[in-house]
Formats: sequence, structure tokens, C-alpha cells
Amino acid sequence: MTASPHDHHDCCAHHAHHHELVIEGLTVHYRRLLALDRVSLATSCGNRVALIGPNGAGKSTLLKAIAGLVPRSAGTITWRGTPVRKWSREFAYLPQREDVDWSFPITVRGLVEMGRYPQTGWWRKFSAADTEAVDRALESLALTQLQHRQIRELSGGQQQRAFLARALAQEAHVLLLDEPFTGLDRNASRLLAELLGKLSHEGRLVIASHHHLETTSDLFDEALVLNTQALAFGSTHEILTEALLDEAFGETTHAS
Amino acid sequence: MELLSNPFYQRALAAAAFIGFTNGFFSGFVVLRRDALSVSALSHTMLPGIALGILATGALTQWNAFAGALFAALLVGLGSVAVSRGNRIAQGTALAVLYTASFAVGVAVLPLLKTRQQLEDWLFGNIVAVGNADLAISFATGAIILLTTSLLMRPILLTLFESNVAAAQGVPVRLMQYLLFGLLVLSLVSSLQAVGCVLSVGLLVTPAATVALLTDRTSALFWGGGAIGAIGSAGAVLLSAGFGISPGPAIVILLGVLFVAAYFFSPRYGAFTRRH
Repeated sequence: MTASPHDHHDCCAHHAHHHELVIEGLTVHYRRLLALDRVSLATSCGNRVALIGPNGAGKSTLLKAIAGLVPRSAGTITWRGTPVRKWSREFAYLPQREDVDWSFPITVRGLVEMGRYPQTGWWRKFSAADTEAVDRALESLALTQLQHRQIRELSGGQQQRAFLARALAQEAHVLLLDEPFTGLDRNASRLLAELLGKLSHEGRLVIASHHHLETTSDLFDEALVLNTQALAFGSTHEILTEALLDEAFGETTHAS
Repeated sequence: MELLSNPFYQRALAAAAFIGFTNGFFSGFVVLRRDALSVSALSHTMLPGIALGILATGALTQWNAFAGALFAALLVGLGSVAVSRGNRIAQGTALAVLYTASFAVGVAVLPLLKTRQQLEDWLFGNIVAVGNADLAISFATGAIILLTTSLLMRPILLTLFESNVAAAQGVPVRLMQYLLFGLLVLSLVSSLQAVGCVLSVGLLVTPAATVALLTDRTSALFWGGGAIGAIGSAGAVLLSAGFGISPGPAIVILLGVLFVAAYFFSPRYGAFTRRH
């Protein structure tokens, strides 16, 4: 195994490099509606970044823009110093639960195998290395026993893990999660929090939208307070001050 | 059975197996796209297109039938989108109006054309009438469909499961959708001979729908659908002779019976056998 993807992949973990994600002046419109207004942010691998803000603040849009799923009106997003478009393989986007077609006839293993498609391309057969990567991803997310289940037959926490396993199989560097904690029970939330901690320790960059203000500083290292514009960005302890949240959420600060 | 030594009958059996396999295989995509009802609209829409194809070229071949059918399907499909843009009429409503009107034109015009097919053959199929050329063409059509979809299986599945993620990974999502649409029309045209345009949806939906009740493996939808389509169609042609009914309806009835049996008795998801 001298293939470069692996060397690439672990360099962050070995701290040989410090990959940076830099967003500058990002503006996104949905038709005429302004969804994101000149948002800037810089962070690097090994961090867990929360996107917080009220409904409609543009959290999902920002995640999708980083993943390259929505077109930008203005601004740049770079990873490792070059535009993200070039790095699509290193980015994994985990959709919000209601955006997934859970009845699609695919097993957990089939879903995780999809994570290998960027490596295998359209035609190449799965090599032993691909199969191993899938096995490893399933194993590390405790899904080996469940791998032949259809994705709807999993609990909410297991479904999150299945998509995370796909991201691992893809050897993604940046994980973009849309409201990953929504709908999880206490146990599943704890498990997911541990996982995200582990993944960022391995050198991955985790960015997630989150609406539970109280838990934000336990679960994340950095936070971006968003309301179409970026209101503040920094470590969670500095950022989550009363005054700032009042500004972002208006009267709904204590709603959730 | 002396019937089996009859060349017409042998050809009918072979054609049923080919067409059944191709359509059964493709039914996997129809089930994944969840648009069985618009396929039904599409199959009715094709009739005047085929009439147009015959009028324009003066002869009926699979290829000008395909071109005409594609033209009519696009016209009605895009027309319904355009009409629903105005916001007064929902797209489903517009589609229903346009496809029935289009079907009516086909029913009115086709009998006026000088082809060996009767109106009933167009509506319900007449597989016993297949000639050697038809057999070769249905084989070629099947080969095109199987080859294209097998080669592009991964990008097509990504497109169907999460089209925006697929696009971010560099899959030409639009192209895949157009391709599936084109192949869908081709499948419909190829099934006309066996089951006609009214019943063609049965052959293009039921096989994979049956498989979906039996397994969760995505690839099984296609190959399993193909197997059920082929065996069901050939079996129905054999049975239809015994019962003295037309083979076209027999095919769709047998596939329907298999589907209902799977619904009740599937080891994993059957209504009678469900464990969870």
C-alpha cells in the first residue's frame, strides 16, 4: 500500500501539516433572497466548529456552500490554499435527516461503499483496499453487526453513524454535518459527541450546524454566530456571551 | 406440447424472455425514481408519436417508433412543465390533460395508417406476431439498455439517491437524468410488441417492485427484476396458450400475482411473515 491517498489522509493526524479552511466574503442568493452576506471565517483541521443562529440564518446554506452544493454569488472558499472545488473528495456532507430518502433500497454497507466511488471512479471494481476501507469504517462506528440492514431500519443515532462511516470510507478530511444532534436521544447524543471528538482528534475538521446553545461549548471548540452575516467567530467560550446571542437571536435567545 | 415446435411460438417465447428481462431490469430505476405513475402517462403519450413516426417515414420500424415516441414524450412532458409554470394548474393536472389528449390522438390516427398492426395490438400487445427482425431489434434494444446502465450504474445510483451530493462529486447529474429518460422511452417502445402501451407500465414497474419486497440489496433490484421479468413473461406466454387468453394481459397478470404473493409471503417483509 504505497498509494498516496493514505499518506495524504493521515498527514493532519501526524501534525506534519496544518490544513486551513478559509472563507472570504461568501455571499449566496436563493433566487433573489440573500441567504449569506459576506461571511468570512478561517479555521483548520483538528477543530470542531459549531454554526449557530436562528432558523433561516443560513447555517445549512453555509454548509452546502462549503460542500459545493449551492452556487456562490461572491466570495471564495479555499482549502489547503486552493479553491475547494479541487478537493471535493476530501469533503463529506451529511444531510439533515429529513433530506434523506430513507426508503431507498440500500443497506448500510451499500451506503458506506458509496463513499469509495470517488476513489474507484465509475467503473473500477472494488479492490481489496476498498473493501478493507469499508470494513474499517463500519467497524470504527460499531456498525459491523448492522451492515446488512436497510438504512430505514436503524435508529436515529445509527443512521448518523452510517453517514459518518461513509465519510470515513471516503477518507474525507472535512466533515460537514447539518443538525447532527437533532432528534437523537440522550445516549445517542453522547455517543455522537464522543465520535466527533475522536474524529477531530484524528485531525479532521468537523463543522456542524447546531441549535442547542447550552450544549455548544461542551461539544465544539469554535463557534460561528450567524444571521445571514457572520456576527462573531472564535472559541466557544469567548463567543457564547449573552449580549452576542441576544443580537443573533433577537427575542428568541432562550427558546431552545 | 406440440406448440413448442411451432416457430411462431418459439419466437414469441424468446421475445417475451428478452423484453421481460430488459424491462424488468430497467424497472429497478423506475422503482428508485418513484415515478411509476408518470411512466404510465408517458406510455400513453407515445402512441401519436409512433403514428407520426410512421407518417413521416412511411414505414414502421423500432427506430422511427422510438424517435416518434421520444418526440411525443418530450412534447407532453415539457408541455406539462410549461403549463404548470403559470401557477394556475398543477403539473399533475396538466400532465393528465395532455397525456389523455395525446393518447386519444393516437387511438384515432393509428387505425387509419396502413400497418399490419391492429389497434388492439398497439394497446395490449401481440407477441405472437413477432418476426425475426423484431426479435433481433428487441435483442439490440435490450443490449443497449443493459450495457449503458451497467456501465453508468454508480453515477446513476448517486444521482438517484442524493443528486446534489452526486453533483458535488462531479457526476453530470442532468445528463444522467436525460439518459434515464431516453432509456425509459426506449424500454417502453421495446415492450409495445409484448404488452402494448396500456399494459407496458406493468412490465416496467412490477418486477423490481416485487424484488423490493424480498431484498434490500440495490443491485438485486436490477438483476432480480430482470429475472422475474424474463421468467414471468415467458411463463405467461406458455400459460396463456393453455388458458386460451392473450399473452399480453397474461404477462401483466402473472407479474401482478407474483407481486401480491411477495407482498404476503416475503420472508422479511411479508404481511403474513413480518417479524418486526
